[in-house]
Amino acid sequence: MTLTTTTSTPAAVTAVERPTQRRGRRRPGAWLAAVPLLAFVALAFGVPAVAMLNGALSVDGSYGLGNMSQSVHGAYWTALLGSVKLAATTAAIAAVLGLLLAQAVVTSRGKALREAVLTASGVLANFGGVPLAFAFVATLGNAGVITTRLGLAQHGWSLYSFWGLALTYLYFLIPLMVLTVAPALDGLRPQWREAARSSGASAWQYWRHVGVPVLLPTLLGGFVLLFGSAFAAYATAASMVGSSVPLVTMQIADALSGNVLVGQENVALALSLDMVIVALLVMAVHLPLQRRSARWLA
Amino acid sequence: MARLTYPLRPWRGAVLLIAGIYFLVPLLASLVFTVDVPGQGLTLESYTQIFSADGFTAALLRSVGLALCTVALALLLTLPAALAVRLSGSGRLRAVLEVVCTLPLVVPPVALVAGLGTVLKWGPDHLATTPLYQTFVAIQNPSFPLVLVFAYVVMALPFVYRSLDAGLRAVDVRTLVEAARDLGASWPRALFAVVLPNLRTALLNASFLALALVLGEFTVASLLGFQPFAVWIVQASGDNAQLSVAVSLLSLLLTWGLLLVVTGLARTRGTRGARKSRKKEAV
Repeated sequence: MTLTTTTSTPAAVTAVERPTQRRGRRRPGAWLAAVPLLAFVALAFGVPAVAMLNGALSVDGSYGLGNMSQSVHGAYWTALLGSVKLAATTAAIAAVLGLLLAQAVVTSRGKALREAVLTASGVLANFGGVPLAFAFVATLGNAGVITTRLGLAQHGWSLYSFWGLALTYLYFLIPLMVLTVAPALDGLRPQWREAARSSGASAWQYWRHVGVPVLLPTLLGGFVLLFGSAFAAYATAASMVGSSVPLVTMQIADALSGNVLVGQENVALALSLDMVIVALLVMAVHLPLQRRSARWLA
Repeated sequence: MARLTYPLRPWRGAVLLIAGIYFLVPLLASLVFTVDVPGQGLTLESYTQIFSADGFTAALLRSVGLALCTVALALLLTLPAALAVRLSGSGRLRAVLEVVCTLPLVVPPVALVAGLGTVLKWGPDHLATTPLYQTFVAIQNPSFPLVLVFAYVVMALPFVYRSLDAGLRAVDVRTLVEAARDLGASWPRALFAVVLPNLRTALLNASFLALALVLGEFTVASLLGFQPFAVWIVQASGDNAQLSVAVSLLSLLLTWGLLLVVTGLARTRGTRGARKSRKKEAV
């Protein structure tokens, strides 16, 4: 590391000393400092990604779309739809609830409450996966404390269902949204609200014409982030529901470990490619909007 | 900044109350689940037997080792690149790095492990006669699977890069380095005594995110067949549900403690540094 920085920085200093020539000139030193990172990503991320693409598109030694079409039919298609539905539902709910919670905290006068909620969000947003699944099984599972005390099972409650899983996902998605949207809410200047109020706008009109339009890119960005997290989640579902809710991540895991049929590895790779395509599509919506938010919330 | 004071509206109280219930009930219920065992009454046995449980220590130590290696490697790779962007002001390098460090977000861990598994299979399939084969075997050593560190660094990269970039944005690195160099500091000294202390919060944030990610990671490890902490919890749950819930609660406490340590470090060091610089100003 020291080696790369020392080689990079003299070149950087010459750039500083001659600011007029800074733009448009090649600085091999700066690129040299980035070489280890780029090489690592190429090796640890690029090679597996290419292997995935290659495997997904090869059928019996030649290239074809057989795996891809298999991955969007039958049980695989159901699982893909199930994942998209679960991710979209939980992300939408968490975005709204996270916004409400963040607004409640940001506008409260007590600084302690704000600090406590933001710290707790930092912890809970990282409390995903296996421990989260077990906490919910202990609470709302078949032998869970709340289930047995309140007799929820008689009312048809099951944690091992779509809504049970959704309720569990919200536990880390809402804090993630709070963390995402709180800085943007802080960026809403009180002057805008004052200006709206002195021009005779109601609270509703303020939010309709000022607040939400300014926040919209952040909200959509948050939604994309939440969607991505929920869509990619595997550990929670795998250690909780088994296969009672069809999810694409579990189909991939099953196909990889040869649980269903031997020789399904390429379909697993095709499903992985499907996931990447969905993630790319969702992200493509968000990128152009991100620029707009920077203008207001800088 | 003059803030408008808002009257305490009922909706705010309702939101906070519902959120409080939703977030506290699973934790309290888990606690009750672990101490109130059916047929045994109140007992702390779930917690006392954790440390003697089969494989607990090995799995935990493996996870901690993987986490520390991941943090070290991620910072070693990302810091020079992020610094070079700020010092050189190269727009093209910045754009390239931003794309490269966002890409892993598009590939979910399950998809990454599908690709990774395919590559690892090349070892025995195609490379068995080449010296590269030994490398493939070495990085898959079950007691310390280096290949997991590689995967985790890729997964942590977006968060680590963003955190460092935000930290670098907040300080004028170029002026700092220039000033240090003008005062006769060598390059390593300018880096370690001037730049890095200013990045302390960003470095700590990046480390926390990477640590939390690795300590709780299940997907990649379980699908590649290794057994760090999270995989161990799932296997232990088959024998003893109380034990696995107890360990889950402890791991939440561990994350909490980690975050408190990180914010605490950032705060105390920060004020000490500020005090020092104020003293210097006075002199």
